[in-house]
Amino acid sequence: MTPLLSVRDLRVSFPTRSGSFQAVRGVSFDLGRERLGVVGESGSGKSMTGRAILGLVRPPGKVTAERLELDGESILNLPERRMRKLRGARISMVMQDPKFSLNPVMTIGRQIMESYRLHSGQGGQAARDKALDMLRAVQIRDPERVFDAYPHEISGGMGQRAMIAMMLAPDPEILIADEPTSALDVSVRNEVLRIMDKLVRDRGMGLIFISHDLNLVGQFCDRVLIMYAGRVVEELPAHDLHAARHPYTQGLLNSLPRLDQPVERLSTLQRQDSWRDADIATPLPGGL
Amino acid sequence: MTNTDLSAAPGPGASPPSSRRGARLGRRMRSLGGLLLSLALTLLGLLLVTFIIGRVMPIDPVLKVVGERATQAQYEAARLAMGLDKPLWQQFLVYMGEVLRGDFGRSISTGHPVAQDLRRVFPATFELAALGTLIGVCVGVPLGVVAAARRGGWIDQIARVVALVGYSMPIFWLGLMGLLLFYGILGWVGGPGRQGIVYDGMVPEMTGMILVDSLLAGDWGAFRDAFSHIILPASLLGYFSLAYVSRMTRSFMLEQLSAEYITTARVKGLSERRVVWAHAFRNILVPLITVIALSFGSLLEGSVLTEIVFSWPGLGQYITKALLAADMNAVLGGTVLIGTCFVALNILSDVLYRTLDPRAK
Repeated sequence: MTPLLSVRDLRVSFPTRSGSFQAVRGVSFDLGRERLGVVGESGSGKSMTGRAILGLVRPPGKVTAERLELDGESILNLPERRMRKLRGARISMVMQDPKFSLNPVMTIGRQIMESYRLHSGQGGQAARDKALDMLRAVQIRDPERVFDAYPHEISGGMGQRAMIAMMLAPDPEILIADEPTSALDVSVRNEVLRIMDKLVRDRGMGLIFISHDLNLVGQFCDRVLIMYAGRVVEELPAHDLHAARHPYTQGLLNSLPRLDQPVERLSTLQRQDSWRDADIATPLPGGL
Repeated sequence: MTNTDLSAAPGPGASPPSSRRGARLGRRMRSLGGLLLSLALTLLGLLLVTFIIGRVMPIDPVLKVVGERATQAQYEAARLAMGLDKPLWQQFLVYMGEVLRGDFGRSISTGHPVAQDLRRVFPATFELAALGTLIGVCVGVPLGVVAAARRGGWIDQIARVVALVGYSMPIFWLGLMGLLLFYGILGWVGGPGRQGIVYDGMVPEMTGMILVDSLLAGDWGAFRDAFSHIILPASLLGYFSLAYVSRMTRSFMLEQLSAEYITTARVKGLSERRVVWAHAFRNILVPLITVIALSFGSLLEGSVLTEIVFSWPGLGQYITKALLAADMNAVLGGTVLIGTCFVALNILSDVLYRTLDPRAK
């Protein structure tokens, strides 16, 4: 069975004064109809990986890969016109902070309708109904009010739910969630995650969940990729996270406080240069 | 010049649905009241400043009226008639009353009431500045937007050079060269002045703006003639306005284009044109309107050189001549008029700002 998304040796580089800088250095993974977590510290290339898949790396940045396939079709460096047809319609993305990722001078309703109308070719009334349905689907109680509200008039949690509604309206197959809850209060965070999880599962979509929160990813995803310095250093099932073998992953886990094993001082992660280029600890599963 | 607050803080967030509309209306009424109050205070300040300037200037207004050979008795009589023996605050009240009635006194260089002079010269300047701003906006805004959307591309480079030349060329030189080339050599445009001699005084005066008056009278010949006279100075002013407007547009756009919501718009699969115009451009309208209003205001007050090169009988020339002749009534009248224009432009941009930015309601 072909995976939804297949990535081999993905590289993203930017020219600088002192030669080219590689933000992503040979990332490979497959995504099925599952929830894949991508974890790493800032600058590890996890967000850039998401943007490269969407074809959103702006020049002078360059994307190369041995393979970048969506449903068996190559989407590597497609012409902008063809890429636009995929974006939103088949792969979509939810970003970190709804305060900045929603257009401040456009009502929520118009922003939701915009992408749906573009990809479905439906008229205004159908798009309005769909937008209200989507707002209901993300459990917004008074969708009519939120539909006519501007982003500054609603809370962060509601904004992020509206964002999810907007990105799922055209029924994409893959959703990339780039730190979707980092800007939210802890109390709202779980609710937003639950809603997103339900919608993604009901629709049988593939989810790439980018986060720096190991615990969150461990609870919420099926499989986890650990990235360090632009490379995947370890890949393992989420429920085996505690059994991680790579010293970086172990270091990350040890630096988290645990209620069941309180310690006097949390250990600090000691990074080693050899991690930058070492092979990943667990080889990719056999079928790949 | 005066400046009402153009960057008011965004309104508070969501309120419960029932009280929402009422709260919005109340807020709007309050903000309207605040606007009128700030307008009144600004105009009061403007009058106070011009009054003080009029009294501090080392020019004896009485001497200017009675002449140097008047006797002491005549001088005293004129001084009493002008009310200059009263305390300053009474003089200010009298001055304010006169200005509010549209009475700026008599100009000693033209012999007419200043208000009548201003009614004659202001439409000429307004017409020129309006057309100049129109040209500057129609060319400058798209140029700035495209330069930002294709940053580093050839349009961006051309826009940079155009703006640099616009900033650094002396306008009188460009004006003279323009006259030499388009009027003297090519003969494409009318020469200095507002009208050819054939049409002078032929159009019934209604607004004082010849382009408008000739259209109202349906006189196409006069319109074409007036247009051929105004197009060169207006293009010149338009070029300077363009240089400023296009640079500001570009930098506003660059700021918006790097915002997160632009990435959202791209993720949705929107075309680049829609991303740029429907999303980014819509967000720069508010600061852009302020820039355009200020640029228009500066053309109203500052086109003296252009008016002199093109023999344009406008406000800039009038005030400059009055200043050189120590004709204080005319200078102060002109200053009050320009100040009022700036206040009006600020209020206009304030109102537009409130209608365009949902956060300001």
